[in-house]
Amino acid sequence: MARIFQDPFSEKVDLAACSCGRAHPPGLACEAAAAPADGTGPLGEAAEVAVMRALFPEDAARRALLRLFGAGTVLAAIESLFPLATAREALAQAAGAPEKRDLKIGFIPITCATPIIMAHPMGFYARHGLNVEVVRTAGWAVIRDRAIAREYDAAHMLAPMPIAMSLGVGVGQPQPFAVAAIENINGQAITLANKHRERRNPREWKGFRFAVPFDFSMHNYLLRHYLAENGVDPDRDVQIRAVPPPEMVANLRADNIDGFLGPDPFNQRAVFDGVGFIHILTKELWDGHPCCAFAVPRGMITDQPNTFAALMRAIVEATAHSQKPENRREVAQAIAGQNYLNQPPTVVEQVLTGTFADGLGRVQRVPDRIGFDPFPWHSMAYWILTQMRRWGQLPREVDYAQVAEQVFLALDAGRAMRDLGLSVPVSPLRIERIMGRTFDPANPAPWAERAIRA
Amino acid sequence: MTTAVPFWRAAPLSLLILAAFLIAWEIAVMPRAGQGPAVDPEYAALLGQAAAQGGTTPMPGPIAIGRRLAELLADPFYVRGTNDQGIGVQIAWSLLRVGAGFSLAALVAIPLGFLIGMSPLLNAALNPFIQVLRPVSPLAWMPLALYSIKDSAVSSIFVIFICSVWPMLLNTAFGVATVRREWLNVARTLEAGTWKTATRVILPAAAPTIVTGMRISIGIAWLVIVAAEMLVGGTGIGYWVWNQWNNLSIADIVIAILMIGLVGLALDRLLGLAAAAVAWRE
Repeated sequence: MARIFQDPFSEKVDLAACSCGRAHPPGLACEAAAAPADGTGPLGEAAEVAVMRALFPEDAARRALLRLFGAGTVLAAIESLFPLATAREALAQAAGAPEKRDLKIGFIPITCATPIIMAHPMGFYARHGLNVEVVRTAGWAVIRDRAIAREYDAAHMLAPMPIAMSLGVGVGQPQPFAVAAIENINGQAITLANKHRERRNPREWKGFRFAVPFDFSMHNYLLRHYLAENGVDPDRDVQIRAVPPPEMVANLRADNIDGFLGPDPFNQRAVFDGVGFIHILTKELWDGHPCCAFAVPRGMITDQPNTFAALMRAIVEATAHSQKPENRREVAQAIAGQNYLNQPPTVVEQVLTGTFADGLGRVQRVPDRIGFDPFPWHSMAYWILTQMRRWGQLPREVDYAQVAEQVFLALDAGRAMRDLGLSVPVSPLRIERIMGRTFDPANPAPWAERAIRA
Repeated sequence: MTTAVPFWRAAPLSLLILAAFLIAWEIAVMPRAGQGPAVDPEYAALLGQAAAQGGTTPMPGPIAIGRRLAELLADPFYVRGTNDQGIGVQIAWSLLRVGAGFSLAALVAIPLGFLIGMSPLLNAALNPFIQVLRPVSPLAWMPLALYSIKDSAVSSIFVIFICSVWPMLLNTAFGVATVRREWLNVARTLEAGTWKTATRVILPAAAPTIVTGMRISIGIAWLVIVAAEMLVGGTGIGYWVWNQWNNLSIADIVIAILMIGLVGLALDRLLGLAAAAVAWRE
């Protein structure tokens, strides 16, 4: 396992670099140490660092000593004076137990919530010493209000929601929430009513009525961007309404809307019920876009650090398990039942395996139709912020980097991923490809302009 | 008033109407044969039965609904996890909420109604507030309740409280205010105190009006709980409707409508019995 703390018994390392004494990418804030499951994790390392710091206030002296005698000799000499091994174990064990074991996590019954849900029947929460109750919730506004009221300890949210809540957009006052991990990437689609089979070119869509699940959703931003790129003004030429996902299919059937950009299983459900067809998967708009998030109140990180760490490991582990193609069928069976998604198993299976009927008479095979990657890229947060500016949801200028750092917990997610032996990106910023254009987080400004391409 | 029709004459007609309605329904939703295009079997296997034949999933017929009803009623009280509980459990939750909100409302509305009815000054002073608050849809209180109470379970009870308080309050006040002058005068000549007059004369005299108010209230409360639970979720018959809607399961929704109707009827009958118990004739 890679070290989180820098090795204090190495003369190459500069312990004075950051006062937290931990290795982290420049530009990221230092955070409190997470507790390991056993006695050998980062807290043991923290004990070593603390002892070495206390013994050698001057870092240069420590390095000189290590160079002269070597790490082994110095370690032996210190252990003869100070019970380093005992301190290491004592510290690690005392802090390891979760402060709160019985947790409530709210979810919306869509396949985006797969890791949050399947971690319950498949025992990922229990494995990390947590007794979690997953509670199906009636809608995004309800989940937001219940999370704010602390009825839920953590919740399934749309990735832009914690950003909006933290900025105080769409809520009474700012509510500091954080994206602990991204739940799923891709996995959404634009579904159109069967009568529009011949009108596949978005330029012909003026006058259409569309549904998206929530105002602060990737669905809203992606649909708006897709329309704007095709010369359709999302505010003037079409109507976009926020409609709860299950009602999307019913509305499509009743001819109240022409289409929707919504979460699965409802795209597939529209096909299953013979109501609509899948026009395009959002994977084709932005491969790897975030959708839903595992959100926690920011207070949890400091108030219940061990619970938070255990939860984080359970979620990251569940996410990694869901990502593997060989597990997808089993996961679909585990979550389709009445207690969770309450959908026909074949619909959920088509979404997760990527072998699906598209409603146009073809069977498509897109194994990465939906993916599960927990890492909360800051560049995703930047893009969400540009779109909030672009469509007038956020009336003031904000510091993208600062918001991303506060809300998207790349450091914590990275740590949990590293514990599980997953590879962790060095920087939380990357260049995204969105509908053939590059989004460079170093220069996000052009994306905040309205820019309807005629 | 029309003369009462004997039960044995009305019942066969009711059954006949029901049978005609169900048969027409079953015929209307029967799948049309031979309408679908032949699609390849792999594709068809991924679709619902109707979609595979080129149609859309139809509304379920009475037979399908009856089958589902039998299935649900075979085990109405199971609890398999937080989100999967039997229909009996859900109805019990709703009744519990209605009971709590309604009792609280009665505790507040009946004494307050007495005061308003006995004091013309208080009546005039409170009337504007009551008139403004009474017509507000109970669900409009929901966001406010969620925001200020910060607890969804208490919020739904509050919504029941606020919707059932007005009919009881107004009916109590009206009943108390319209007690015959002569009776009050008789009480006064017999030197009965205010408390004694209230409990021995006004209460029995106003009881039928008060119970009518309660009967109206419980009807409204039962209407509102379904909507409130659909909004807030968690448990209850309203949440169950929302949940089956989520699954686009129309059969379950029809069953829920039937159940809601039957329970509402039972509640109304219950207060009807109470009304009969306190009724008086001159």
